[in-house]
Amino acid sequence: MALFRYPRPLPSEITPREMYLSRRSLIGGAAALGAVSATADAATLQTHPGPYSGNLTPTPHEDVTHYNNFYEFGMGKADPATQSQAFHPLPWTLEITGLVRRPVRLDVEQLLRSPAIEERIYRMRCVEAWSMVIPWDGIPLATLLKDADPDPRATHVAFESIVRPSEMPGQNEALSGIQWPYVEGLRLDEAMNPLTLLALGIYGETLPNQNGAPLRLVVPWKYGFKGIKSIQRISLLDHEPPTTWNRLAPDEYGFYANVNPQVDHPRWSQATERVIGAHSLFGATRQPTLMFNGYGEQVADLYRGMDLRKNF
Amino acid sequence: MPARPPPAVSKIPGVLKRHWRLVLYPVGMIPAVWLVWQGQHGALGADPVNVFERSLGLWAFRFLLACLALAPLRRFTGLNLLRYRRLTGLLAFFYASLHLLAYVGLDHGFDWSVLWSDMTHRYFIILGMSALVLLIPLALTSNALSMRLLKRRWKFLHRLIYPAAILAGIHFFLSFKTLNSVSAPYLAALALILLSRFLPRSRIGNGT
Repeated sequence: MALFRYPRPLPSEITPREMYLSRRSLIGGAAALGAVSATADAATLQTHPGPYSGNLTPTPHEDVTHYNNFYEFGMGKADPATQSQAFHPLPWTLEITGLVRRPVRLDVEQLLRSPAIEERIYRMRCVEAWSMVIPWDGIPLATLLKDADPDPRATHVAFESIVRPSEMPGQNEALSGIQWPYVEGLRLDEAMNPLTLLALGIYGETLPNQNGAPLRLVVPWKYGFKGIKSIQRISLLDHEPPTTWNRLAPDEYGFYANVNPQVDHPRWSQATERVIGAHSLFGATRQPTLMFNGYGEQVADLYRGMDLRKNF
Repeated sequence: MPARPPPAVSKIPGVLKRHWRLVLYPVGMIPAVWLVWQGQHGALGADPVNVFERSLGLWAFRFLLACLALAPLRRFTGLNLLRYRRLTGLLAFFYASLHLLAYVGLDHGFDWSVLWSDMTHRYFIILGMSALVLLIPLALTSNALSMRLLKRRWKFLHRLIYPAAILAGIHFFLSFKTLNSVSAPYLAALALILLSRFLPRSRIGNGT
């Protein structure tokens, strides 16, 4: 075995040619921003149908991509679509670190070509009492975590998003009190559940910036805010990590944040949900919210014996 | 208070001339009509009920602030628009009522079990409803007859607008997940208006 391995940079860590050239143009006095065009165009993914999709009818693409909560790009639902155009999701390196035997640095451009990408049509229930059905394309998180070989001491998984105020105008909003980066967490057994997905696309194409490009978490039995977007780092820990919304309002947003029609948000009922996609004021519908968002069969065992009112 | 010259509307009938301000009521209702039209034509986005409900609440708060701003406006600038207090106050009540109706009917489809638990458990809802309840006697007594009958008590009664505005302000603040650049200016305006009540009169030159 070699005593020394020359550290080989990942392709995603090599400065792209346009960026390199634009640095020169910057030196030359030209506008660097104009030289690097945002590669926001969606690319087709090689994907195949995966399990758990049921017979759900997806919410229209237009709504999935233009009705978003992504405070890094503004607080209005329409802000992410309009204010995320300057964001560069690629190149991107995903790091899996902490209590793992084999720390991983993944080039997301390679991940996007992975044959393991499958389609999962999931219900998405926002803590604000609205819901969608989204056809995600991604890789089960467990697949990637197994590659990193978690240490037996690991009990939790922490996720960290990105801080890039120059491309994410919402990160300059001082009033919100949100500490960037956005952070989220799961118990290790939740992270290893086959439903938990690392999404790289929607509707068979790479994720638009406003949906969390280049990759995001999808945990369909939990409220949407658990689905941290634009993930840079995944760390395995032996304790529960802090999470962004819990830090801001611990009485309103718990660590678990499991969809539960019986446990209300202090400001509104969680018993029912507004179905996104009607577009007509008097034709909009409300439907009952399902326990664990309808995924109880897959996940109820994770919480056996727990008081879900206390662990909300 | 100096008498104002009558508005220059000489070629219209006497009734209209005396009550020309009534024209402003329909004008103030344009945002509501516009919201309904947008809602019917898919222009309120993917979650039209929510946008409709929140917009009505915002208009109620705007008119409430406008109504409250008229007294300090006269005091600090000399501009006397106090005759628009009834107009702005009634429009605030109109929008707050529509806001409630949208919440009860459109959002929750008159599901009384959900509404009852909201009204009894959620301080966010209770604050908003209390603000509206406080506005009811004000709206009912917004006429010359009530003023005459209630005499001094009328003025006292109408001070209820201050607690109503404070409750509405907290309700408005809570309607966002965090403080932000949309809500902050409105809350700052409310704070300024309320604080201006406590400024000593002597410091304001020829104030009232």
